[in-house]
Amino acid sequence: MKEIKGRVWLFGNDVDTDVILPGKYLVLTDPKDLAKHALEGLVPGFADKIKQGDIIISGKNFGCGSSREHAPLALKHAGVGAIVAKSFSRIFFRNAINIGLPVVISKDARERVSEGETVTIDLEGGALVKGNGERIATEGYPDFLLKMLMDGGLLQSLKKRFSKVERK
Amino acid sequence: MGMTISEKILAKASGNKTVHPGEYTIGKIDLAMIHDLTGPLTLRVLREVGYDRPWDIEKVVIILDHQVPANSTVTAQLHKDLREYAKKHGIKNYHEVGRQGVCHQILAEQYVKPGMLVVGADSHTCTLGALGAFATGIGSTEMASVYLTGEMWFRVPETIRCNLKNRLREGVSSKDIILKIIGSLGVDGGLYCAAEFTGEGVGTLSVDSRLTMCNMAIEMGGKTGIINPDRQTLDYTGVKDAPLKSDPDAAYYKTVEVDLAALEPQVAMPHSVDNVKPVSEAGNVIADQVFIGSCTNGRLEDMEVAAKVLAGRKVSPSTRLIVIPASQRIYLEAEKRGYLRTFIQAGGVVCNPNCGPCLGGHMGILADGESCISTSNRNFIGRMGSTAAKVYLASPQTAAATAIEGRLADPRKYMRG
Ligand code: SF4
Repeated sequence: MKEIKGRVWLFGNDVDTDVILPGKYLVLTDPKDLAKHALEGLVPGFADKIKQGDIIISGKNFGCGSSREHAPLALKHAGVGAIVAKSFSRIFFRNAINIGLPVVISKDARERVSEGETVTIDLEGGALVKGNGERIATEGYPDFLLKMLMDGGLLQSLKKRFSKVERK
Repeated sequence: MGMTISEKILAKASGNKTVHPGEYTIGKIDLAMIHDLTGPLTLRVLREVGYDRPWDIEKVVIILDHQVPANSTVTAQLHKDLREYAKKHGIKNYHEVGRQGVCHQILAEQYVKPGMLVVGADSHTCTLGALGAFATGIGSTEMASVYLTGEMWFRVPETIRCNLKNRLREGVSSKDIILKIIGSLGVDGGLYCAAEFTGEGVGTLSVDSRLTMCNMAIEMGGKTGIINPDRQTLDYTGVKDAPLKSDPDAAYYKTVEVDLAALEPQVAMPHSVDNVKPVSEAGNVIADQVFIGSCTNGRLEDMEVAAKVLAGRKVSPSTRLIVIPASQRIYLEAEKRGYLRTFIQAGGVVCNPNCGPCLGGHMGILADGESCISTSNRNFIGRMGSTAAKVYLASPQTAAATAIEGRLADPRKYMRG
């Protein structure tokens, strides 16, 4: 997972976990069921409108509120390829990386891209690249986090480490 | 240069003498809590890993609290999953229906001690910092990792100092303090930071009041709320000594000052927790429902002030009052002291301890167009049910006065004498 390419969906500031995945759906545990309700609080029918790999570009404090991992899970399984924001709430940021959904901090992206255009995110290079080749800087990760993201998330590394323990 | 209490706890848990804000460390976890909504996802991850034994069964706590007793077959299954998991591994710290309460309250009453590093699969785990612990919320996969390894990576946070001066006047509570602070810093004003409450004002606040303030640190993006332990903390947690405290020369990222004596009752208007005004300037807000409870304000002290306001009075015919004590212990004590009787005689509903309508789960979900004055901590769109409903956040005093008038009311006129 080095480059992610997709259409842009623009959102504002403080997109909270209750609009990403309303509390009444927290009893669901299957990511496919959660995906049907992704961002329902803000864009009714989002799950039907989004195409696999689409990229969310947002203002500050994306994912504020609850620790519900159901929120990034719903977005990931609805097809969101990555989320770019000016800042993230810290629990959402960790949850997203843990489940292998790239979350990227960029101070400038929100102002410099438009709804519907296609962009590419270069995770290792630390940039968001527009169709015309223009590069917008994104913040890097500490090495261990970038590696975890490249490996597909925390679950994958846990699997590597623990799947054989039981059989001993 | 000295260290803050947060830095000291993270240093100790990582086996270092010192740590600095911005640094990444690995911390050994003292306590890890899951509940009935986030826990089943953790179990799902553990099943996928293929190994599910917790690293230390003494250090894990499982609490049923969000929808209790089960309100549907789906919830019943979630409860069953956790119950069977606890049984399989002999986890004694499992809180069955009737022996539970809102998770953060149960952790405060029975588990958390000063100096601990606590994680919970719930964002309001920051509540427990009120007891001098470093406590923060994490997601379900992260929790699965903690269950397997007993440790977790941390970015050492910067600390914002909230310095409280003087003491509160009657009718004003710690809920008003934290609403005021979030109103001025904004919902991302404490992003990634620890919010440390200091100053002479803290000493005048009960442990119940402190838990309320730390509970809402997350509403400004905070990683934890935290308070240096004092005599009250030691008494509450039953420990003799709590050596980890902020040094006088510790470095703070920012300081905000609040003069408690000048504070009046506050309300967070829809749909953002930082949309805060004094109640006196909020205008005419009709209340279709009033909710007193949750991990923010479902404690004994909250029951006491609400009962004081409602004693001998009636809930307005144009509204409905729902009261939910945060734990079985509080429920029983509020019963003994006659508070529950006061609520019922006033025309309110009293439910068994659980999260109730706080996150729109059950026991008072809102319909389209309705407004609720709630003592909980979030007023996001759709939080308590319909996306076309409005939630206003206030103190239990204000909520009780509102129940009497059927519209948002200043509690101070009901507090005299
Ligand atoms: S009372 Fe509300 S905020 Fe607290 S744990 Fe329950 S749902 Fe979350």
